[in-house]
Amino acid sequence: MGLFIAQILTGLANAGALFMVASGLSLIFGVTRVVNFAHGSFYMLGAYVGYSLMQVLPGMVGFWGAILLAGIIVGLIGVIVEICVLRPVYSAPELFQLVATFGVILVIQDLALMIWGPQDLLGPRAPGLKGVIRIMGEPVPQYDIALIVITPFVAFALWYLITKTRIGTLVRAATQDREMVSALGVNQAWLFTGVFFLGCALAGLGGALQLPKGGADLLMDFTILGSVFVVVVIGGMGSLPGAYLAAVIISVLNVFGVTYAPQSTLVLMFLVMVVVLMFRPFGLLGKEEVAGEHGQVGEPERPIKPAGNRIRLLVAAGLLILGLLPLYSGNFAVVLVTDILIFCLFAASLHFMLGQGGLVSFGHAAFFGGGAYAAALFVTYADTPMELALVLAPICAGLAAIVIGWVCLRSTGVYFAMLTLAFGQLLWSLAFQWGDVTGGDDGLVNIWPSDWASDNSVYYYIAFFLCTGGILLLRQAAHAPFGYAMRAARDSARQAEAMGINTKRIQLVAFTFAGIMAGLAGGLFVFSKGSIFPNELETARSFDALIVVFLGGVKTLSGGWVGAAFFEGIKDYLTRFEYWRFALGLSIIVVVILGPEGIVGSLRKAGERFGLLKVPEDAK
Amino acid sequence: MLEVKGVNSFYGKAHVLNDMNFEVAAGTVVALLGRNGAGKTTTMKSIMQMVRPRSGSIIYKGHDITTWPSHKVARNGLGYVPEERRIFTQLTVLENLEVGRQPPRDGCTTWTDEMVFDLFPNLAERRNNRGKALSGGEQQMLTIARTLMGNPAFILLDEPSEGIAPVIVEQMARVILQLKSEGLTVLLSEQNLHFAQAVADGVVIIEHGTQKFVGTLSDLQAQPDIRDQYLSV
Ligand SMILES: Nc1ncnc2c1ncn2[C@@H]1O[C@H](COP(=O)(O)OP(=O)(O)O)[C@@H](O)[C@H]1O
Ligand SMILES: [Mg+2]
Repeated sequence: MGLFIAQILTGLANAGALFMVASGLSLIFGVTRVVNFAHGSFYMLGAYVGYSLMQVLPGMVGFWGAILLAGIIVGLIGVIVEICVLRPVYSAPELFQLVATFGVILVIQDLALMIWGPQDLLGPRAPGLKGVIRIMGEPVPQYDIALIVITPFVAFALWYLITKTRIGTLVRAATQDREMVSALGVNQAWLFTGVFFLGCALAGLGGALQLPKGGADLLMDFTILGSVFVVVVIGGMGSLPGAYLAAVIISVLNVFGVTYAPQSTLVLMFLVMVVVLMFRPFGLLGKEEVAGEHGQVGEPERPIKPAGNRIRLLVAAGLLILGLLPLYSGNFAVVLVTDILIFCLFAASLHFMLGQGGLVSFGHAAFFGGGAYAAALFVTYADTPMELALVLAPICAGLAAIVIGWVCLRSTGVYFAMLTLAFGQLLWSLAFQWGDVTGGDDGLVNIWPSDWASDNSVYYYIAFFLCTGGILLLRQAAHAPFGYAMRAARDSARQAEAMGINTKRIQLVAFTFAGIMAGLAGGLFVFSKGSIFPNELETARSFDALIVVFLGGVKTLSGGWVGAAFFEGIKDYLTRFEYWRFALGLSIIVVVILGPEGIVGSLRKAGERFGLLKVPEDAK
Repeated sequence: MLEVKGVNSFYGKAHVLNDMNFEVAAGTVVALLGRNGAGKTTTMKSIMQMVRPRSGSIIYKGHDITTWPSHKVARNGLGYVPEERRIFTQLTVLENLEVGRQPPRDGCTTWTDEMVFDLFPNLAERRNNRGKALSGGEQQMLTIARTLMGNPAFILLDEPSEGIAPVIVEQMARVILQLKSEGLTVLLSEQNLHFAQAVADGVVIIEHGTQKFVGTLSDLQAQPDIRDQYLSV
């Protein structure tokens, strides 16, 4: 009994930071409609800044003052980010905003590395609260009790601010109808900035408050992000009580999970979320969200056309050069281009459902890694030959896509995105925690191609044919009537339904098709590397694909593989620099703001300007 | 007081307003008339800069406001009352008024909650109810009341009589006349003359975004063929 109560108390204490970060995210989303992916980074900054302040401010006052100051400083950093990065992209489609905030994550990661170094920092203990108290014989840290008391105060202050003050009234009004609020004389820009300050300050406060429990490290940003999404989704986007409730549920669950089912804590969290969403698609206390629109920047999307002769010639020449590669270049290039081809197929599959279907998935790595793991498991446990494993990998990924797609497609917009992310995390947790089968962190090794294909050049040809074939197939599907139906469902679901298109079914088929192709890429990947580790399932991998698609150009047909080839090509070079994340993050932000058409779109424009390409009649 | 000069507005590629030109003199009520889809709402949004005119200009009290952000337009005394009762349904009546509240402005009535409730007694009883609990007529009153809290010198009323009960329509007409007598200038839009002829001094008729008639109410009444051609009955 004592242990039980002690564990509940620990859970409640852990819920504090989680609640603060989640409510900040929720607030920002409510008013600005931006899902701030960098929110975990502000949490991390809160911890680091708090740590540094505690080094210089002495005693009890210093400790608590440092926490408060950390919140304010992080809030101000948030203001800088809002003004410089988000203001220019508020009117852009969701994806652009998400990618921009992702750029912020990279920049903050490297800034933290520069300032605080790579080693984990041990948080100082709170002066005067270093001991434990005994509850029915079980020790409970005094600081935990302090957190349990503080959190409701913060929650209450927040509630008071939102429901009882003029600022709060404006925030709630803006959550419902921003345009109207500004027509009534309220300066939206500053309201957004204010909300961003508040949301980021909350994240920073959460990060600083958990210092004595968890310290500060460079992985905090992504670690908290998954939990925060789960909390926000379970509690309901935009609901403060919901965020508190969900934070408590998840934290308590985690504490019990660690004791009774240490293998499955992460999985448990996502299972709870899926169950909640099955019954309450908008969370426990949430309200229905208006689906995020697939907005357009600049000129409207051009109709899809078969490639012109000049382009075809270029592509044929490119394929020829690639096809003859092993004849004129060394082993290194062959292996590198194999990797690039595989990544191109993976990116093209995401681009297909994102560009054509408007389905912004944050968990596409689930199918890439899923296909890879499927192949690896078959080889390891059933001695399956490579040929068969390469067939089974896309099939398994496709089956997973049917199930995951069926659940996720019940929601739209940001909820869809967060659900796919959560499922990606779920598969990752499975691979990571189910060590007996998947090898856990050590992965699965010795997955080599069949003898006849073991030569790098031969394997190169396998990858070459399967990847280009897959990419052409995806392209074919975009030109087929199926592609029209997808675009119709993307641009106006209601109109498409009226035309007799079953939009949900179309989307599920598209999702599954994309999953199959990603699975094929995964299968090819595992045989090229000879091993597979959980990081191929990570959210970061899904983000890689998203960024690549984005850099290539969402609104173009070939943006996916072009972006992938470019990115994978320069990655080797780029990652030699110590602070390459900083550079990459910054360039992403610049691209979002200045060149949202991506590489392909910009090339096309340049080509048209210099008369190399014809401008289509309807685009004049 | 307000001049609309050669305004052209677009939604994407759709050319919705075509060279609009009219004036509203201080202290008058002008009715902007036209059928559904004629471009009345777009005209009002263009004045408020919620839709940016692609060419032409809006002159208010001698200032060219064409590039101002909407909140600045509102802060300079132009109050917009949207169609379809866009109130904040999750907020109470008092909170809705709070959102509209602005500092006092020279030469304009400074409205308080109680003054607004005197004008719309129905709202007084419901001050702590959420917007979504109000009836259609009460919601319409709240949109007007909310805009009055900004102490405007000029209000834009978009189809105030649309879809509300006849008794309340009469009450609206009385309110508009009262506001006018207190010195407020009004531009209101309607689909027919029915409500407008009770309150308007001047009339502007538009169809397909093009201005078809500008004149006084009596001018229009002398030309029944124009009325029949461009307005619904
Ligand atoms: N947000 C919008 N996007 C595209 N077209 C619009 C939009 N709003 C209105 N329109 C079109 O502009 C025209 C004028 O609309 P509106 O100004 O609302 O007319 P009214 O208020 O007179 O009914 C209509 O043809 C309408 O379909
Ligand atoms: Mg209208």
